[in-house]
Amino acid sequence: MNCTDFLAKLTDYFDGQIDPDLLTEVKEHLGTCHHCEVVVNTTRKTIDIYRGQQAYEFPEDLSTRLRSAIMARCNASKEGAAAKARLHEELMRSSTRSS
Amino acid sequence: MAAHTSSLAVDPAELSAAPAAVEPHPDLELVERAKAGDTAAFEQLVRQYDRQIYRTALHITQNREDAEDITQDVFFKAFQKLDQFQGNSKFSTWLVRIAVNESLMRLRKRKTSKTVSMDQDVQTDEGSIPRDFAEWRPNPEQIYSQGELGEILRKTIAGLPPGFRTVFTLRDIENLSTEETAEALNLSVPAVKSRLLRARLQLRERLSRYFRKANEGSK
Repeated sequence: MNCTDFLAKLTDYFDGQIDPDLLTEVKEHLGTCHHCEVVVNTTRKTIDIYRGQQAYEFPEDLSTRLRSAIMARCNASKEGAAAKARLHEELMRSSTRSS
Repeated sequence: MAAHTSSLAVDPAELSAAPAAVEPHPDLELVERAKAGDTAAFEQLVRQYDRQIYRTALHITQNREDAEDITQDVFFKAFQKLDQFQGNSKFSTWLVRIAVNESLMRLRKRKTSKTVSMDQDVQTDEGSIPRDFAEWRPNPEQIYSQGELGEILRKTIAGLPPGFRTVFTLRDIENLSTEETAEALNLSVPAVKSRLLRARLQLRERLSRYFRKANEGSK
């Protein structure tokens, strides 16, 4: 296995989706290629840092404000739909009476 | 990485065991109640996924106001279209899919002369070959204050093309599986893997400037 072959398998290697024979080859390559070993270690660290340190905060007050706005829109649309249904029913009833 | 290496840790004895009955996802009950008019059930779903939807939108658009608007729009659209959710995928994946579409639409509006899609800027080989082989310091994140580190991470991920940034966000930050990411983005699994590799390598290359050991050559 050379460095290009190794890179092609890097995602599967990280995600644990590599078959055992290939895994042996990957480990052998890592044992002999310092550059690829550095790439693996620093890429893994890259993922860990992004996963561990939230680049963007989501404070509780923002969550509360967004949820209130969302539910207000949902409730208004639900009430609107119910009013429309009532109106439709009344129209149907009055047209039945007049005929 | 534990969540991603679990398949290596499967006990072979488990493979021959009778398959366990698959429990329905707890979200399905909330969705059914919401469909029947229970807005409290829908509010519970909002509580569960507002953070994920906001962060996904923010990572794609890189704009807090847009991310707030998109979060509201995503849940409102989901509420209006609940009947269209058939339960073939996770409810969260369905929400993420709406969020990605809304976010890309915002980007398109912002850059009226430019097309923004999952395919933008992913046609080149740039960033697919590592060039920096410097080792990093043992705990690089401790070199910087929390504020400085946050700024470095934001600046670095903002420099990725939207197609790469989105795949990295869903797969590595929000922890969706490769298949769920493919479904949310309407991409094939190989396309997700290819973009993910390049996103990871490009981020690594850029972060190396900040985290490398002193006196390490870059190339």
